[in-house]
Amino acid sequence: MADKPVRKLSIIASKGSLDMAYPPLILANAARMSGVEVNVFFTFWGLDIITKKKMDHLNVAVVGNPSMHPSFHIPTLVGVIPGMSAMASWMMRKEIAKLDFPPVGEFVQLIQDAGANLYGCKMSMDMMKLTVNDLVDGAKVLGAMEFIEMSDGGQTLFV
Amino acid sequence: MSKLLDSVKFDADGYLDDPNQWTEELAKEIAAREGITLSDRHWVVINYARNEWKTKGEAPTLRNITKNTDVDTKELYGLFPGGPGKLAAKVAGLHKPTGCI
Repeated sequence: MADKPVRKLSIIASKGSLDMAYPPLILANAARMSGVEVNVFFTFWGLDIITKKKMDHLNVAVVGNPSMHPSFHIPTLVGVIPGMSAMASWMMRKEIAKLDFPPVGEFVQLIQDAGANLYGCKMSMDMMKLTVNDLVDGAKVLGAMEFIEMSDGGQTLFV
Repeated sequence: MSKLLDSVKFDADGYLDDPNQWTEELAKEIAAREGITLSDRHWVVINYARNEWKTKGEAPTLRNITKNTDVDTKELYGLFPGGPGKLAAKVAGLHKPTGCI
């Protein structure tokens, strides 16, 4: 209880599609709900989750996504029709809202309010020509090495 | 341990076994055991959680609490610094919440 050492969780979010944005956010939030310290490192496409212009426009890939649930399933040849990805994303957003999970932008704000620390990967940001101003307020820029040092003594998850 | 805490059963994680045995006095003692002194703002959360349990049979999610009371996420974490997901339910005498949000 109160006097146990605080658990620590480091999450590396590397994917920026709509379906893959949720796992790190849900896990970060769940960890904070149970009092675990949380640091999330957004790298490569995962940066889209905390990039202001992109966070609320993430899409789910319908072509080459073998994990599509039967109710969402779209055959590859149908998936190439323009607008299919947008439609599948719209459906998924609707299903996510039904479960009372907020849209990505609001979810990011939620985990920040809950005390999770958010970091953009410096190298990925350089590659994508992003600065700290492109990221959601409160997010910091960090090198991979610093993040690894910060993860010392905790558990690390790669998404 | 106080007599009051001794008089009821808790599960291994410290949640009250039978939510019906909960009283306001008990809430104060459970909170004290978790290092929390209850304020009016805690009671907003506790009373809401108790009401939700009465109508739905389980502890509300934190999102439900922040959507339906005037306590926002930041304040909720300030009130229950060791993790509001666990502590709000514990103090309200409810079982461990099963919701993920």
